[in-house]
Amino acid sequence: MSEYILEMDNITKEFPGVIALKDVTFKVKKGEIHALVGENGAGKSTLMNVLSGIHPYGTYTGNIIFKGTECRFRNIRESEAVGIAIIHQELALSPYMTIAENIFLGNERAKNGIINWDETNKKAIELMKTVGLNEKHTAKIKDIGVGKQQLVEIAKALSKNCELLILDEPTAALNDEDSDHLLRLLQTLNREKGLTCILISHKIHEVIKIAHNITVLRDGRTIETLDNSEHVSEARIIKDMVGRELIDRFPRHSAKIGEIGFEVRDWVVHDPLDEERVIIDHVNLYVRKGEIVGLAGLMGAGRTELAMSIFGRAYGKRISGTIIKDGKELTLRNVSEAIANGIAYVTEDRKTAGLILIQDIKRNITLANLKAVARGSVVNEDEEIVVGKEYRERLGIKSSSVFQKAGNLSGGNQQKVVLSKWIFANPDVLILDEPTRGIDVGAKYEIYKIIIQLAEAGKCVIMISSELPEILGITDRLYIMNEGRIVGERITSEATQVDIMSTIIKSSAEGNRGSSYEQN
Amino acid sequence: MNKIREYMNRNMRQYGMLIALIAIMIFFAFATGGKLIWPRNVSMLVRQNAYVLILAIGMMLCILTGGNIDLSVGSLVALVGAMSGLIATTLGWPDWLAIIISIITGLAAGMWQGFWIAFVRVPPFIATLAGMLVFRGVENIILDGKTLPLLGAYEFIGVRSIPDIAPKTLPDFLHIGDLLRLENKPEFLNVTALAAGLALSVIYVVFIFFNRRSKILRGYEVAPLGSFIGKAVGFFVFINVLAYWLSMEEGIPVLLVIVAILFVVYTFITTKTIPGRHLYAMGGNAKAAELSGINTKKMMFLVYSNMGLLAAVAGIVNAGRSMAASPIAGVNYELDAIGACFIGGASAYGGIGTIWGAIVGGFIMGVMNNGMSIIGWDVFLQQVSKGLVVLFAVAFDMWSKSKSKVS
Repeated sequence: MSEYILEMDNITKEFPGVIALKDVTFKVKKGEIHALVGENGAGKSTLMNVLSGIHPYGTYTGNIIFKGTECRFRNIRESEAVGIAIIHQELALSPYMTIAENIFLGNERAKNGIINWDETNKKAIELMKTVGLNEKHTAKIKDIGVGKQQLVEIAKALSKNCELLILDEPTAALNDEDSDHLLRLLQTLNREKGLTCILISHKIHEVIKIAHNITVLRDGRTIETLDNSEHVSEARIIKDMVGRELIDRFPRHSAKIGEIGFEVRDWVVHDPLDEERVIIDHVNLYVRKGEIVGLAGLMGAGRTELAMSIFGRAYGKRISGTIIKDGKELTLRNVSEAIANGIAYVTEDRKTAGLILIQDIKRNITLANLKAVARGSVVNEDEEIVVGKEYRERLGIKSSSVFQKAGNLSGGNQQKVVLSKWIFANPDVLILDEPTRGIDVGAKYEIYKIIIQLAEAGKCVIMISSELPEILGITDRLYIMNEGRIVGERITSEATQVDIMSTIIKSSAEGNRGSSYEQN
Repeated sequence: MNKIREYMNRNMRQYGMLIALIAIMIFFAFATGGKLIWPRNVSMLVRQNAYVLILAIGMMLCILTGGNIDLSVGSLVALVGAMSGLIATTLGWPDWLAIIISIITGLAAGMWQGFWIAFVRVPPFIATLAGMLVFRGVENIILDGKTLPLLGAYEFIGVRSIPDIAPKTLPDFLHIGDLLRLENKPEFLNVTALAAGLALSVIYVVFIFFNRRSKILRGYEVAPLGSFIGKAVGFFVFINVLAYWLSMEEGIPVLLVIVAILFVVYTFITTKTIPGRHLYAMGGNAKAAELSGINTKKMMFLVYSNMGLLAAVAGIVNAGRSMAASPIAGVNYELDAIGACFIGGASAYGGIGTIWGAIVGGFIMGVMNNGMSIIGWDVFLQQVSKGLVVLFAVAFDMWSKSKSKVS
């Protein structure tokens, strides 16, 4: 048997219109903690979904060899059966069931279909001790914190006798203390039980502290695997993560920037589920007319929450702060007031929050501004068709006609329909949230052109994007956001990816001051 | 030719349902030896099913919001009947006042439910289940288990027809009575019905003709000429045949006028107005609708308030038809209305469905009821058949949807 417990060779995975992974080779040694890092969209989660059978055999090409045998998983159960367990960012626990019930969910201690509660509880208590979970086994999941929920997930994985544990951003939602505890637990399990781990994380400093090897993915390819026994430098990893060449992937534009058109001051938003928790922490920003302002940051930095809370309080509780447009203070109590005051928000999730997939193109385009095609309350459907055709042509929506259902369009064309909708609403301020997510390169270029046209027409554009090259390619100025705060502001022409990444990581590290890790 | 096909494809669902109705009618027309299409039975079909059609219109709006239903409408029909009995019969107040108070009662009941559903977020299934029990209980308290007679205006609405302007003047000039081999051949036709049918069809054809011309002049897209002519001729023939049939009986039932007006009004609201658009949008994707500035809570409240209003209309119609306020009125009516909507192509997830579909679905159930009764099938067998039709209609819908997703 080779020293590798897992070998993934030449994995290629395509989604309609996008190549998510291209010839990725990824090897994990038995008994190591192997970190997988990369920007959002680099293909980390897709690779792990291929490994765990969420993307079944046949939907990708390449080989997976686990413990020396080739594996062709058709679903998660099959990968679990051989000892691979994955813990996703969104925890898969049932909130109203107890810790013990959750640990053995789908894997019940039973005989002839009847659950043996004594054994369930005894085993659960043992496992909880192993992962250092200090709670009663009868506590309900909803009553314990996220950090402890993570531990339940790990106990659940251990109950299935897993040999390879995959953790996708396990510390993203945790505070420092819980993160610390979790990482130490991983090291202990690794050392004492020989558990092999794959750790996906954005927090580079964590990775450097506990991983034995670090593999960097970028644009669906393996860049390199670094030996971390001598502690690789952050700068080296960041360079690998972002170091791609930029050759004219962005249309040029000459900004004619006017006065300040939109401003947000001292904006504070609390979590709608936990009103004590601050999600957006005293954010200040402004946009000049004709300016494209980027909001850079990692997933979970609070950018979407900021945008939605500005857009008529579509997100959050206990919101305070001031919105000023054209020198006047606005009070926006709901979305329709935001729209009426010339603010538009293009959601990051066009399928679940942007489009009515069962309705046709023209109806989707007019939805946010039906008054423009109506007399009184009566919609003029003929006028609506005219509008639909105009936007279909103007934005180049590839479709059989304006009567085609939005659900049957490709991602890029769906995004153009969403953009059409908000352009038709005729806003002065456009907030675009990940406008090019899941879209192929050609369509991206067209979307950029549309965004630039909007800015040139004198609108204030705020663009949220996790793709740094994109932000650097088309914005005029950018804010760097992390953990609900603005941690930096740059003129785009003076900013670099490495600079932005380091600013983010430095601000996280400052937040983590005082925490300590042990390296084995 | 391609243009017509594209246009037909776009409107396929509507044609499909109509074709199903016609097929079922032809089947029962043969199976009953022609009795199903006798003027008396056609007139009966409308009268007997008016309550389902009225409730189905309201129910369709509920379903459009996201597959939600209203279980309380049967009880509400009975409660409204009881209010009518209390006011018109027990108290002896005028009928028009009884009707107004009854309608307000229904609207208030609808608003009550709308409040819990829209603003307190009680799931509609549960809120209306509670309403079903509450309204039935209140109705029984009012009636104290007794049946009260209701005549006057109620009788006029429930069983009468529009009076003849020129009685006993026009004989059955087309001799349809002989053609159908009726048992009681009518001597004279109801002139009001014939004249109204002719006038309505002419007005409609003229209207759509001018509408089409003005659209062409303004450069809007119009349906192909062939399909336009087909539609105009089809409507013209249908209305006049129906009018002739009804004129051989007592004329146009008052109930038909009520249903027709509600059909036109609600079709207009759902297809041509902004609130109608918002309804479809929230049923298609509530989150996207909210982020487009649609007040989904308000829509939910309005839809359930409206359901109460229409249940009141159905309650008055139902009381009128039986000429009584009965404690057991309206039992299972909610299920008939829900069935009509799903047969008529409503999506169980919301966002898809038309008033037209609800009406056609209601008629499909009605024709099956009448046809099976005329043949003399057992009542329990009729229930089995109706149940299976609802099941197969929705199964067919799911199947056709899963197919269209592939393309």
